[in-house]
Amino acid sequence: MMLTIENLSNEIDGKAILKGLSLSIKAGEIHAIMGPNGAGKSTLAYTLGGRPGYEVTGGSATFEGADLFGMEPHERAAAGLFLGFQYPVEIPGVSNLQFLRESLNAQRRARGEKELNGGEFIKLAKEKAALLGLDMEMLKRPVNVGFSGGEKKRAEMVHMGILDPKLAILDETDSGLDIDALKIVGAGINAIMRQKPGGPDKAVLLITHYQRLLDYVRPDHVHVLAGGRIVKSGGPELALELEREGYAEVIAA
Amino acid sequence: MTLALPTRRQEEWRYSDLDALAAIWPVPAPTRIDVAAGDIAHHHLLQDAGEGAAAVHDYVIDIADGGRCDFHVLNIGGKFGRVTLTVTLGKGAHFELNGAIIGGGDQVLEIISSVTHAQPDATSGQTIRSILGGHATGSYLGSINVARDAQRTDAFQSVKAMLLDRTTTANAKPELEIYADDVKCAHGATVGELDKAALFYMASRGMDPATAKTLLLQAFVAGVFGAVPDEALRERFEGAALARLEALV
Repeated sequence: MMLTIENLSNEIDGKAILKGLSLSIKAGEIHAIMGPNGAGKSTLAYTLGGRPGYEVTGGSATFEGADLFGMEPHERAAAGLFLGFQYPVEIPGVSNLQFLRESLNAQRRARGEKELNGGEFIKLAKEKAALLGLDMEMLKRPVNVGFSGGEKKRAEMVHMGILDPKLAILDETDSGLDIDALKIVGAGINAIMRQKPGGPDKAVLLITHYQRLLDYVRPDHVHVLAGGRIVKSGGPELALELEREGYAEVIAA
Repeated sequence: MTLALPTRRQEEWRYSDLDALAAIWPVPAPTRIDVAAGDIAHHHLLQDAGEGAAAVHDYVIDIADGGRCDFHVLNIGGKFGRVTLTVTLGKGAHFELNGAIIGGGDQVLEIISSVTHAQPDATSGQTIRSILGGHATGSYLGSINVARDAQRTDAFQSVKAMLLDRTTTANAKPELEIYADDVKCAHGATVGELDKAALFYMASRGMDPATAKTLLLQAFVAGVFGAVPDEALRERFEGAALARLEALV
């Protein structure tokens, strides 16, 4: 099992959000979590990523056999966890290339691997930028500063391509994308995160409101998150059912 | 006869470490810089006195008509490090100060400037960035004095301080005395902390806290030494700034 979440509860500013959430993800699988606003979807992503203020009050998460909550956020990244942000953060004065090279090399140092030199890194960055149709000039600019919503999401996927994680938790990566960008991002997720025969273990947890991203990144399992718990799980057909019937109907059934 | 040690009642010594000052009082006479009419001069100071030491560097700068002086200061050393610049501008002259203060522990570091626009059409720009950790105090006191005849004066001060700990003190004190009526004097001062959202974003990509903080702080002071014309000198300043802030995070 790549990720096992058992009975997870948490609090933000003393308010309980997740209330006993359990979920398991195996290598090679793509899971989608859907649910109404305020269900706790983003909270789950931030809690797994270790955002300060997202206090775990009960339960556990085991990532590749290690206690996820025992690790600092940067240690989780080095262990192979990637968090795609619903609202990517702008960092004036720090170029994407510098940001990504420092990130990748910090991860490699933490894993005892050799750091990439300037030339090796640029080659990798060019390849991943091309995959997502993002102009290299954009990567020379400060992180997310002046990027449109769609450009930010594509840049996030370039981050993912360069960092090459084992598990990607993508929080509404589809929001703010037009149809063409959605196709490109969907294809990018498949290219970067689909497990290849003989390749390293890969898995994805997609958090989304809508079915449309799932047309491009076909999930193996779909879960409905409501009231801080997984209330229903099924195959891809569950997403279609949700789209047709609405959350209230499906949750009540 | 020696001058009496200053007291905190004197505005320009208000935030100083007078105990540390006493050890080196009286300080030497100021360094005089005269920029002749139409000349362009570059000056710099890397104040990196040893731990526990006190250092005071005073400059009196006269820039004649149409002259220009660019001054770069990196103030990082000693228990007490003080740099003062007393500048007088002739007609159409320009003075540009780019300074950084980076301090930790119980350091008291300050830059005090007094720029007098004595004649018309002179311009001045001052950009100061401070990074403070521990119990450090960083101060910028900048007065701009515009004489009655100094029409079309254009002056700005941009002062930003970044506090790494809640135990630090940043003082930013602009003081404008304007006697002419056709004058632009802009000043802005901000005091802030590192962006927590940015730090988490960087951590989520794998950067350890020290690497992430260093990168944000480098971005904060970037530009202060960008205009140093000599490349080796620029690298020396940037290298010294980086080494000092790496020691703080």
